[in-house]
Amino acid sequence: MKQTFITAVVSSITAASVATGSLAQMTEIGEGEGELSIVAWAGYIERGETDPAFDWVTKFEEETGCMVSVKTANTSDEMVALMNEGGFDLVTASGDASLRMIAGKRVQPINIDLIPSWDAVDDRLKDAPWHTVDGVHYGTPYMWGPNVLMYNTEAFAEAPTSWSVVFEETTLSDGQSNAGRVQAYDGPIHIADAANYLMHHQPDLGIKDPYELTQDQYNAALDLLRQQRELVSRYWHDAFIQIDDFKNEGMVASGSWPFQVNLLQADDVKVASVIPEEGATGWADTTMLHADAEHPNCAYKWMEHQLSSNLQSDLSVWFGAVPSVPSACTDGRGMQTQEGCDANGLAQFDQIKFWKTPVAQCESQDECVPYYRWVSDYIGVIGGR
Amino acid sequence: MAQTDASLVQSRNEGLGARLSDTLWRRPSLLLFLLLLPPVLWLGIIYLGSLFALLLQSFFSIDHFTGMINYEFTLRTYAELFTPANFDIILRTVLMAACTTVASAIIAFPIAFYAARYAKGRWRAVFYLGIMMPLWSSYLVKIYAWKLILAKEGILTWALEGLHLNWLLDAYLSLPVVGGNSLSVSVTGTFIVFVYVWMPFMILPIQAALERVPTSMLEASGDLGARPGQTFRHVLFPLALPGVVAGSIFTFSLTLGDYIIPQIIGTSRLFIGQAVYQHQGIAGNIPLAAAFAVVPIVIMGFYLWGAKRMGAFDAL
Repeated sequence: MKQTFITAVVSSITAASVATGSLAQMTEIGEGEGELSIVAWAGYIERGETDPAFDWVTKFEEETGCMVSVKTANTSDEMVALMNEGGFDLVTASGDASLRMIAGKRVQPINIDLIPSWDAVDDRLKDAPWHTVDGVHYGTPYMWGPNVLMYNTEAFAEAPTSWSVVFEETTLSDGQSNAGRVQAYDGPIHIADAANYLMHHQPDLGIKDPYELTQDQYNAALDLLRQQRELVSRYWHDAFIQIDDFKNEGMVASGSWPFQVNLLQADDVKVASVIPEEGATGWADTTMLHADAEHPNCAYKWMEHQLSSNLQSDLSVWFGAVPSVPSACTDGRGMQTQEGCDANGLAQFDQIKFWKTPVAQCESQDECVPYYRWVSDYIGVIGGR
Repeated sequence: MAQTDASLVQSRNEGLGARLSDTLWRRPSLLLFLLLLPPVLWLGIIYLGSLFALLLQSFFSIDHFTGMINYEFTLRTYAELFTPANFDIILRTVLMAACTTVASAIIAFPIAFYAARYAKGRWRAVFYLGIMMPLWSSYLVKIYAWKLILAKEGILTWALEGLHLNWLLDAYLSLPVVGGNSLSVSVTGTFIVFVYVWMPFMILPIQAALERVPTSMLEASGDLGARPGQTFRHVLFPLALPGVVAGSIFTFSLTLGDYIIPQIIGTSRLFIGQAVYQHQGIAGNIPLAAAFAVVPIVIMGFYLWGAKRMGAFDAL
C-alpha cells in the first residue's frame, strides 16, 4: 500500500513536470485570448495618449483583438519583483533583470520559429547572452541604447573625452571644479560604469568584463565610487528630477539616457551628450514571456508585432533608443532615419557593454562578486561607507 | 380571548424583523456585539492582520540571485539590519527625527502660545487657518516648491545675493556634515523641509495644552515674585509639557516613516522609509523591507511608553 502511494506520488510529479515541460515552449500559435498584459518601462508602450503621433498599440489591438494593458516599472529590480508576483504575460526586461528571471524560472523559452520576423533582428542581438542561455532563447529583442555622458556645453568648451569628469576631481573649462556639479546613477548597476572606467585606466587590475569582477577588481571599483561620492551631491534615479537638477541645481555632467538629453535640448538647456573613449554601459531590453502566462497566443502575436510594425522605428524616436531591427531605421515604416539611429548610438554598438546581472559563477573569471553584494554595497557607498 | 388570539396572530405575522428586534431588546449584549463586529473585524483583519503578515515576512529570507523568497524561519534578515550600511540608515533616520522634533517644539511653542493666549476673535481664526492651511495643499507640491526655493539657482540664493549675504550661505554650506553643494542637496535642506511639513502637528497639541493652563496660575507665579523666565520654567512649561510630548509623537513618527522628502531633497543617503520602499518595491526583498519596517514600530513603542508616563495622552 505504502509502495503504491509513493509510486502514485512519483508518477504524478513526473506527469506534472512533463506537463510543464510541454508548456515550456509553444509549437504553434492559436487564436488570440483577447487580452495581453505587459510590464514595461515608462514610455515603452504608447497608444497615442501622450502624443497622438506615437501609437504602436491601437493597430495591434485592431488586428489581433488582443487588448493590451500595461504596468509600468521604474527599475529592473521592480520588474523582477512584479514578474515574481505573477499575473503578467510579457516584460520588457533589461539585461540586468533577464538572467535573474530565467534563473528563477519566471519566464519560458521562446520558439523563434513562431516569429516570422525574427530574421530581421540585428545579428549581434539574436543570441545575446542576456536572453539566450545554453542556446535556448528566452525572449525577443526590443530596444537598446547607451548610457551616455550628458554635459553642459557652457561648462565644457569641448566635448569631454573621458568619464573622468564624473569620477575624478578636475577643473572644468569654465574655471570651476566639478565637485558638487556631477551626478551618478542611483542603482547598483552603476558599479559597472566604475569598472568600465578602471578597465581603461588601471589595466593591471585585469578587468575583462565590467559585470564580472573578482573581489579585488570589485574593491577597486568601490574605491573609485567612494571617491565619486565626494563629487556627487545627489544621485539620480528619476529622469525628471535629473532634468530639474540640470536646470536649477547647476549640474554640468552625468551619466544619463538620450531621453533626458532630448527633453533638455527641447527645453533649450545647453546640454549635449557623448560616448567617451572608455565606451559606455548600455541597456538592451528583451520581451520575455512569463512562465505561467495566461495569454501566450497574444504574447507571440505581440512579439511578431514588435519586430514588424512601426513600433521599432517610432519608439526609437520617442525614447531616444536604437531599434533591434536595423531595417527599421531606413525602410520608412515609421519616423526614424539612419541619422537618427546613429545619433542614438547605433554606430557605437561595439563600444557598449550591455547591462547584465552579475553572478558568482562567471565566464571570464573563477569567481565573481554576485549582484546582491552590489546592491548592499552600493547603498553603503552612497551612505558614505 | 378572541382578541388575544388576534394579537398573537398579529405578532406572528410581523415576522422576522419584529422577532429580531425583540431578541435584541432582551439581550443588549448581543446588540453591542453586532454593532462592534464590523469595526473590530476591520481593525483586526485589515490593520492587525497586515501588520502580522508583515512581521511574519521579516522572519523569511531572500535568495539573492533569483529574488525568490525562502519561506523558512530565520533571523538572518534581522541580522542584516546591523550591517554597518543598514545600521547607518537607522541611526541617520532616528537622529533626523529627533532633531526635527526638537526644532519643531522650539519654533512651535511661541506660535502656539500666542495663538492660545493673545489671538482674539478674528485673529484667532486667522491663526488657525494659517496653521492648518499648509495641510490642505498637496504634500508633493510643497516639497517640490522647497526644492526650487533651496536649489543652487533657487529663490533663496537669489534673495541672499540681493542682500549681499551669499557669503553667509557659502560659509554655512562649506561646513562638514550639515553643508553640501547647495541647500537642496544637503542634510540641512532635508531638515528644513521636515520641520516645515510637520510643524502643524506640533503647534496644535501645544496650543490645546496651553489653552488649558489657567491664567491665574501665571499671575500667581508673577505675584510671588517669579521672573518671566522662572514662570516659564516652573509653571508654564511643565503644564504644557504633555502637549509638547503629544506633538513630538507626531513629528517623530512621521519623520521616522517618511520616504518622499529625503528622496527629493537631501544627499541621496537613505532613510528607513526609503530603505523599506527600495527593498520591497525595487529589489523585491520583502523580508528585509519588513525587518526595516519593524524598526520604527519598536522605536515608537518605546517612545509612546515614555510619552504615556509623561501624560502626553491627556493632551490629545
